[in-house]
Amino acid sequence: MTATPLLEARRLTKRFGAFTAVDGVSLAIAPGERHALLGENGAGKSTLVKMLYGVLQPTSGALFWNGEPARIASPAAARARGVGMVFQHFSVFEALSVAENVALALPPEPIRALSARIAQVSQAYGLAIDPARAMHTLSVGEKQRVEIIRCLLQSPRLLIMDEPTSVLTPQEAEALFQVLTRVAAQGCAILYISHRLDEVRALCDAATILRRGKVVERCDPRASSARELAEKMVGESIGWVARGDAARPGPVRLGLHGLSLPAPDPFGVSLNDISLAVRGGEVVGVAGVAGEGQSELFAALSGEAPVPQAAMVAIDGAPVGDKGITARRRLGAAFAPEERNGHAAVGDMTLPENILLSHHAAEGLARGGWINAVAARGWSDRVRAAFDVRADGPAPPARALSGGNLQKFVIGREVLREPGVLVVNQPTWGVDAGAAAAIRRALIALARRGAAVLVISQDLDEIFEIADRIAVLHHGRLSQAADASAMTPERVGLLMGGAHPEAA
Amino acid sequence: MILLEPRPAPSRLFSLASPLIAIALTLMASAALMAAMGRDPLAALSVYFVSPFQDAYGRAELVVKAIPLALIGAGLAVCFRANVWNIGAAGQFTLGALAAGGLALALPNAAGPLWLVPYLLAGCLGGMVWAAIPALLRTRFNANEILVSLMLTYVAGLLLDLLVRGPWRSPLSFGFPQTRDFADAFALPVLVAGTRLHLGLVLAVLACVGLWLMMTRTLKGFEVRVVGAAPRAAGFAGFSEARTVWFAMLLSGGLAGLAGAVEVSATIGKIQPDIGAGYGFTAIIVAFLGRLNPLGAALGALVLAVSYIGGENAQILLKLPKNVTGVFQGMLLFFLLACDTLIRWRLRLRRAGEA
Repeated sequence: MTATPLLEARRLTKRFGAFTAVDGVSLAIAPGERHALLGENGAGKSTLVKMLYGVLQPTSGALFWNGEPARIASPAAARARGVGMVFQHFSVFEALSVAENVALALPPEPIRALSARIAQVSQAYGLAIDPARAMHTLSVGEKQRVEIIRCLLQSPRLLIMDEPTSVLTPQEAEALFQVLTRVAAQGCAILYISHRLDEVRALCDAATILRRGKVVERCDPRASSARELAEKMVGESIGWVARGDAARPGPVRLGLHGLSLPAPDPFGVSLNDISLAVRGGEVVGVAGVAGEGQSELFAALSGEAPVPQAAMVAIDGAPVGDKGITARRRLGAAFAPEERNGHAAVGDMTLPENILLSHHAAEGLARGGWINAVAARGWSDRVRAAFDVRADGPAPPARALSGGNLQKFVIGREVLREPGVLVVNQPTWGVDAGAAAAIRRALIALARRGAAVLVISQDLDEIFEIADRIAVLHHGRLSQAADASAMTPERVGLLMGGAHPEAA
Repeated sequence: MILLEPRPAPSRLFSLASPLIAIALTLMASAALMAAMGRDPLAALSVYFVSPFQDAYGRAELVVKAIPLALIGAGLAVCFRANVWNIGAAGQFTLGALAAGGLALALPNAAGPLWLVPYLLAGCLGGMVWAAIPALLRTRFNANEILVSLMLTYVAGLLLDLLVRGPWRSPLSFGFPQTRDFADAFALPVLVAGTRLHLGLVLAVLACVGLWLMMTRTLKGFEVRVVGAAPRAAGFAGFSEARTVWFAMLLSGGLAGLAGAVEVSATIGKIQPDIGAGYGFTAIIVAFLGRLNPLGAALGALVLAVSYIGGENAQILLKLPKNVTGVFQGMLLFFLLACDTLIRWRLRLRRAGEA
């Protein structure tokens, strides 16, 4: 590369206390280049990108923009230089229209003129969107298009995409790649962050691989196989998850019969006539992109949002639809929600106290209203030993644990109860590869011991890795569960996009 | 522009020392205030903060002032921990005094110590009824309990005025707005002869220790803490937020009402318009000074009691206005919240150009 790079980072380092998230990373992006930033969860990709976009300031190191030393003090300063970024979890104003949402990020201009510009950009790049539509009527993929249009309206020189396909169906992802190819053809460089190797190989012409905050490889992803890239990314062979055959299917332990529940709020998803039987011994995976009713389904199953008719949910044959979460736990069910912080665990409370959250009634840790602190501590120690949860001291606060360790604790807490029914939502979201493999192994082993395990996940790879049967959630409706061997990613992808089962 | 940034690891030492730092800052600011008012700062501070400790009677008076503050403050500490903001303890205090006082006035010939039991229960009940209104509006209509409980304080004050100037006014009061004296059966017994130290002390200690045990050792306390810290985790644990709102409001309201009943029984013996002395609001400072811990509230109550007694002494000895006491208490809360904020967050200056 002889031309001056558009953006160059030299020996960029970011420390948080004693922890070095990004360690002397150098990176150069040429104009029009499609550059991939690869790495596991926790490799330092997000921290690096936040420094490039001005959200974080580097501890040391320097940035150069068109060869000139540059200090990017804030996202506004980054935008002024022509850097646009589409975040993984973008926040939008659901009640406003597309044009109004875009207007909030731009210098003031009449909404009508802006709508015209939005229409023009969406035409030019094949991003079909109606500027007048209300945001909450859009799918996640469409919302992402709005974010991309917002960036493109500022005529960026560099567009940063942070894990853009994590919220998309395979078909939507394919459409996104076409858009990005067109954007790059106009001369805009793209920094594409992902841990999905096939995408990177399809889209990018350069790649930087990060591991534990350091650059381990710079290469042309099209010249390497996915396997080579994966090994460099992970650095060691990670535990392979052996699914094995489902045990002889046992009795139905979790039954859903025409489960329907109106949306809890105007922007929620209502559940429509969901039926499913999960037998002892099997893992059933519920696939679907974000926001198709996963949280609502989990709440209805756990009893955090009881449903009107008892018969809609049955645990080991007992109708529990109208019962709360404590009653369902007493029947041998266990639950692990998606969000670790503030839902599955309380950050400011110690691990033994977090044991109490789900065990106080079901495991009798508070007989007569008095907390049995010794028993809670014993549970905490056993979960930590069995699931290799690394933390300092006998009773550290939950927030002192890394994401992977806290997730192992949250899952281990439920698995160690040996529940008859386990429902988990996003069991390995934002967790490093080692922890993810451990969690998946534990879920499969629990099922093989006779439990019915229902895994709700937006990670298709995960679903295919662990599920014996797969169903797809779309707009609050659940497709018929089919044997995993009869499903392909393409077929699941079509169902995720709302295709009719017969057509898929 | 000045920004507030969260500190990565707030110091535990400073978090615990925050009340002491706030007290020290209050003393310094008070000295400056005294100097501005033309008084010798050291002499004035010694009247305020040393004179209350000088004799046994004064020390007993400190405890007498601290009793209602500790009763209310311990309840508020639990309530605030649940993230329920009962700001209307003053009104619940008044209703407790009115309910208990109404019972006492209705039974002018009562005799025997057992009458104290229904008397104190009536006080609790009065406070609970007044606290139930914001609890109901919050759980049923999602009305903000801060506003509702605060506004009900003024309603309670007007109700008190109405009663003592109207139907309950003593015929022997020469037109002064006050009721007849209660029968002796309704006077809390004095614990130490020669002082006004009364049985309320036992109630306050029981409340502080009992609530501390509840918060640290029982499932109910755990429930309160989880609901306050993470409402979704509370739902996951099977705890109902509405139930906790009711519990926190009724508990703090009941204790405020009990404090009202204790106060009129032990120190006044009748009802008059100024029974509250601002205890209901001062107890908010007590709860925060005690780190929202019921045992801490007992200490906080003693600190705030000093400012009350010191203020009375300063009125007599220095001819300082009574409002100076309120200024001290306000400064203390201000410095305390400022210390807490700066311990958890730090200030960063940003130049305008950085946008």
